[in-house]
Amino acid sequence: MTSRNAIEVRDLVVGNGDVTAVRGVSFTIPQGGRMGLVGESGSGKSMTALALMGLLPMGWSTHGSVLHDGVDLVTQSDKALSSRRGRTISMVFQDPLSSLNPVRRVGDQISWVIRKHMGVDKKTAEQQTIELITQMKLPRPEQLVRAYPHEISGGQRQRIMIAMALACYPQLIIADEPTTALDVTVQKQVLRLLNGAAHDRGSALLMITHDLPIIAAMCDTVAVMYAGRIVEMGPVAEVFRNPRHHYTRGLLDSQPTMDNIALDGTSRLVSIPGMVPPLHDLPTGCAFNPRCAVATDRCRAEMPELSGDTLKSACWHPVPNSSEVAAQ
Amino acid sequence: MTAVTPFPADARPLLEVRQLSQTYNLRRQKLFASRPTLRVLDTIDLSVRPGEAVGLVGESGSGKTTLTRMLTGVEKPMSGNVLYDGLDVWTGGEAHRKLFRRSVQVVLQNPRSSLDPRMRVGTSLLEPLRSLKIEGDHAARVLEVLDQVGLQKSALERFPHEFSGGQLQRIAIARALMPGPKVLIADEPVSALDVSIQAQVLNLLKDLVRDLGLGLVFIAHDLSVVAYTTSKVYVMSSGKIVEVGKPLDLFRNPQAEATQALVGAVLSVEAGLAGNALA
Repeated sequence: MTSRNAIEVRDLVVGNGDVTAVRGVSFTIPQGGRMGLVGESGSGKSMTALALMGLLPMGWSTHGSVLHDGVDLVTQSDKALSSRRGRTISMVFQDPLSSLNPVRRVGDQISWVIRKHMGVDKKTAEQQTIELITQMKLPRPEQLVRAYPHEISGGQRQRIMIAMALACYPQLIIADEPTTALDVTVQKQVLRLLNGAAHDRGSALLMITHDLPIIAAMCDTVAVMYAGRIVEMGPVAEVFRNPRHHYTRGLLDSQPTMDNIALDGTSRLVSIPGMVPPLHDLPTGCAFNPRCAVATDRCRAEMPELSGDTLKSACWHPVPNSSEVAAQ
Repeated sequence: MTAVTPFPADARPLLEVRQLSQTYNLRRQKLFASRPTLRVLDTIDLSVRPGEAVGLVGESGSGKTTLTRMLTGVEKPMSGNVLYDGLDVWTGGEAHRKLFRRSVQVVLQNPRSSLDPRMRVGTSLLEPLRSLKIEGDHAARVLEVLDQVGLQKSALERFPHEFSGGQLQRIAIARALMPGPKVLIADEPVSALDVSIQAQVLNLLKDLVRDLGLGLVFIAHDLSVVAYTTSKVYVMSSGKIVEVGKPLDLFRNPQAEATQALVGAVLSVEAGLAGNALA
């Protein structure tokens, strides 16, 4: 089975002794599949990504299993992980200015990754770098390789990051809010490039964002995280059209769109009351219960598990789906 | 759209800029060459009436922030006028300038950096009254404003790090309301907030415009957020206002190239599910 999945995460727990940021997360991304991970700040989505990459901050540890390329990443040594990063699994970070090395030319940074992992000589690596930059539709690749990160625009920097992530044909690319730091008009171009390039290489994609439209545009499945757990998971169309969890419903309703603006100027957005609970002070039972309109005593006492067939949700009183509403 | 504005639409503009231009001098390229100039604002006209919310959108570098600095009187324009209540704020005299400074307040993008981390929220709220030398019952004013933004009295004793982003933005809005402004200028007030919190803050701003008759200038890059909050939108590109109109008209029938680019950049869940969002 492992050979057919890009990554298989089982009961992932990430904590630092005081707080647990990820509390038992399981998901599988098949080879070439695209999964979106949605959540607000503090939901544990970025910690999940860092745990998969073995890049957790000091003092944080991982439990559970992460099967990738036939090995369990959780038990791998730092050295073994280091030889994987950029080769079989790679990551695109939110802010390219702080994740690129400011004192090295961007071309050297890309070709270094290629030389380290592919064992090719310097000249070949430089050639491949220029090819990659050309694929990223960046202008004048021969000159651009000699630029330092501060000399190019944010959109160009992010495309350099994507080129670096793609350089060694990884099985899985993790993109953590790749367009949040970019201008809106550039966002679409960058997403389109990431989409196309991942597709051409057959790489699986784990897209981490709080932006639901991006997930809808790029992914086949989506997992919604809240307070360190996945509360809903399934095919994108199903989750976004017929969410069963009240949190997902609330997220979708609080997005201003053409439709809810079009009603009239006095229309109001539905907002989820309250705020995300701090990790050290999670409510008992379902973590969403203090903000949920239909919470009962059971929600306050018992934590619901993910259940369901194609669409799985963790809720004691799920939102009725459209077929059930029609039956009533 | 007009339902948001209980005030007559022909009311006199509260805050207005006329033919505003600003030019910056750049670094000399050659030793004896004259310094090249960059025109960051080019003959801008913009006005906001009581109870009216206007939006300002544009890509980064289009001059939105410079215009905000003009509207708040932080920067003096090279040519053109900034008028508050019909009188120029730079030449209208000391008393008028004082009135202008009380009446136009600003809410910034990131409340974590715009609130002093070492100051209790209560002290932060009193700060504008102190610096603008406003007399009166400060304690009563604080409670009134807390109520307007929906915060508990217990917030006063706490420090900014004890709050979430959404609550901090409410505090920042409360602080802006303290001197009893007539115009609120909000520069990307929700882009640093989580999705589920954005709606709360947008609704709050909408309520304030309606209930207090505030004029609101709402600066953002996300057209759908602007369209939800405002009834008139100015689109900026390279220092010029290239299009003005009702948000829905701009959305459905964008004329200027810059507007078309912004409209084209809006991603929606529906378009994504239909599979043509990135086409």
